[in-house]
Amino acid sequence: MSTEARAVHFPAADWDGGVHPYRVGHRKLGMWLFIVSDSLTFSALLMGYAYLRASNVWPTPFPFYPSIVFSSVMTFCLLSSSLTMVFGVSASSRGDKVLARKWILATIFFGVAFIVLHLIEWNHLISEGLRPFSLPAHWVSTFTTTDGKLPSPLFGATFFTITGLHMFHVATGAIYLSVVAARVKKLKHEDIEISGLYWHFVDLVWMFVFPLIYILSVDVGGHLAK
Amino acid sequence: MSAETHEAVHRHEPPTSFIRKYIFSLDHKVIGIQYIILALVAVIVGMTMSVLMRMNLSWPGTNWPILATLFPGGAPGGVINPEFYLSLVTMHGTIMVFFVLTTAPQGGFGNYFLPIQIGAEDMAFPVLNMLSFWVTLVGFIVILSAIFFSGSASTIGPIGGWTGYAPLSALGQIAGPGQGMGMNLWIISIAIFCVGSLLGALNFITTLLNMRTRGMSLMRMPLTCWAWFTTAVLALLSFPVLLGGGILLLLDRLAGTSFFIPGGLYVSGILSGTTPSFPIHTGGSPILWQHLFWFFGHPEVYIAILPGMGATSHILSTFARKPVFGYRAMVFAIFAIGLLGFFVWGHHMFISGMSPYSAMTFSILTLSIGVPSAVKTFNWLGTLWGARIRFTTPMLFAIGFVSLFVAGGITGLVLGQTSLDLPMHDTYFVLAHFHLVMGVASIFGMFAATYFWFPKMFGRMMSERLGKIHFWITFVGVYCIFVPMHVMGLVGMPRRYAQFTEYTFLSRLHPLVVFVSVVAIITVLTQFIFYFNLIWSIFKGKKAGANPWEATTLEWTTASPPPHDNFAGVLPVVYRGPYEFAVPGAPNDFVMQTEPETETERVGGNGHNGHRH
Repeated sequence: MSTEARAVHFPAADWDGGVHPYRVGHRKLGMWLFIVSDSLTFSALLMGYAYLRASNVWPTPFPFYPSIVFSSVMTFCLLSSSLTMVFGVSASSRGDKVLARKWILATIFFGVAFIVLHLIEWNHLISEGLRPFSLPAHWVSTFTTTDGKLPSPLFGATFFTITGLHMFHVATGAIYLSVVAARVKKLKHEDIEISGLYWHFVDLVWMFVFPLIYILSVDVGGHLAK
Repeated sequence: MSAETHEAVHRHEPPTSFIRKYIFSLDHKVIGIQYIILALVAVIVGMTMSVLMRMNLSWPGTNWPILATLFPGGAPGGVINPEFYLSLVTMHGTIMVFFVLTTAPQGGFGNYFLPIQIGAEDMAFPVLNMLSFWVTLVGFIVILSAIFFSGSASTIGPIGGWTGYAPLSALGQIAGPGQGMGMNLWIISIAIFCVGSLLGALNFITTLLNMRTRGMSLMRMPLTCWAWFTTAVLALLSFPVLLGGGILLLLDRLAGTSFFIPGGLYVSGILSGTTPSFPIHTGGSPILWQHLFWFFGHPEVYIAILPGMGATSHILSTFARKPVFGYRAMVFAIFAIGLLGFFVWGHHMFISGMSPYSAMTFSILTLSIGVPSAVKTFNWLGTLWGARIRFTTPMLFAIGFVSLFVAGGITGLVLGQTSLDLPMHDTYFVLAHFHLVMGVASIFGMFAATYFWFPKMFGRMMSERLGKIHFWITFVGVYCIFVPMHVMGLVGMPRRYAQFTEYTFLSRLHPLVVFVSVVAIITVLTQFIFYFNLIWSIFKGKKAGANPWEATTLEWTTASPPPHDNFAGVLPVVYRGPYEFAVPGAPNDFVMQTEPETETERVGGNGHNGHRH
């Protein structure tokens, strides 16, 4: 009522108080802010990775098959989960909470699939001998430079830390979405949208992790196979 | 939905049980007081440590039997050993920076007054607010425990300084007493603190953006709100980086990684990789830790001082009975300081070695912070210019803030230049600089805030007589402590040394060292006048009305102390800017923000943005 009157009175009414200037509720704004801060945590780790990678001899041990194919499938899972989440939010916006729940369950499915595949990948690398503090012996011999500089064991440290923190976020997201799916009928549309924001953010982080950690570490010449 | 107004707000009754009302309270006012109490406790711990350090510097070898009982490992026979001294340095710095200078201004006063000053009934996320306090408290308990859980070398805390520099912070027990479990607890405490601060920061930002009452446009907010908002933005963007760095540091210690540990280290007589207690490390970079730490650390300096700047602007205007000189310039200066604060971290690392071109860039950016700082200083002077000042205790402390900010800031321009920083960096000169500007000045801002808002928080005035005694001794005291330290630094007295008995070239400074210690002890004891005043005034202070200072902002429109929902169910409507003092033609020399605009003002076209330019 008085808002319209004020809108005439004050041209910049959005910022004059008494309204939500971005037209979003507290929780949604809070989630955006959380995303900003969390992305800085990841930035710190990725900058650290770049710094260490630039100042060391860095092994590039990932063969096209299985590593890259495998991680591409993982990426595909996450991308699909974002798509299903979009469908879920869109169903919720039309008020179809039952359909929204189905799409969210599909999202959780792809998220869990990502985690399972990722753990298989971790297990594979660990059994090959990769540790947070050392490289497998045959990597060391392969990637030692001609002037005798050893490849850095920080490869394992950065790999496990960054993908581990990301996996933790996916797992948290899957739990979060499970709660949303269970309570979907009681939740407002905006709350479902907020869970979608978080999920898309976790996917977006992977879109940085995947090229920086995996693609940049492809064993282009096939050195390890020789 | 989008144009949600707050008109339909009804009165909220406070919870009745003691636990929900005072312990696990969701009321931002109670949480603010909890934060202030935490800081008041933490500052006693920090001050006690500084007194112990001063005593060790001026009277080395003195026997303090009580220390032998409390810290058998750190002070065997009652004499502080050098490792314990370093541990005191570390704990003093960490506790003061995190649990006093970050906690009181933002968590304490910000929590209490930001919602009231923007006309909101609470913070946006009350539960999150409660959590951030309790998380911070856990962090404090963990940091205190660090001094008592250090394995074989008992009762010596971490010895690496509040900056936790790698590689010594990353190596574990081998790097010295207290660097084992004590250092783990230090990192964990900092990580907990990061989480608490992040929760707080996103709460502050959401509250300020979404919950301003009708008419409270951005440019009608008190400068305190701008300061708390900018501080929250800084915290939101800098603490996650420290959190990331902390995770990596902890992994270096617990998972055997080498993020911050270079190869070939020879520590405590052992070469890396030759014993199981010191496994092989290679390839890491201690400088990386410095980058991550100072990317957080420099904004942290502004997190400490910006709320003090806000409170000072607010209080100067109120007691000068004049509008703040250049309100808009003040707002932009706060933002400029906050923004530039993210691009100058390298000036803490000049002596770590960097390309001269990087050093020059960091240097120029650092010096450019002098511009918004000078804008603020001159605007404060402009506010005072020609004013009929009411010299109340909060006003004295606010003027003291300006003085200390200038005195400490000037040497920032000296240290910001690489060539001068190189010889001075690890001396008492730096110590004096940052204690004056980020330590004492921030604390003066908080003293001003306490004396100013105490009547609102407890409904009674603090004793002016005790307050003035407190101010004058403290004000003279801090200058007597820190000005001589500049001199010591120029002579070449290094930081972090437990004593200087072995350095003949410093022996002539000894009388000065003793002088500083004596003044420090007097100044510390004077603070108990403040504590006494606080507690005495809660019960016996003169009753304060709703607006004892004749101030204009929203917190003075409600009762003292404010009711549970701040405005007793009716949210105020704001019609004008925050500092309308001495308005020509107005019946009083101050006009409250809630005062509707008069007919003449409307005709004069002076109303909407609230500020007369």
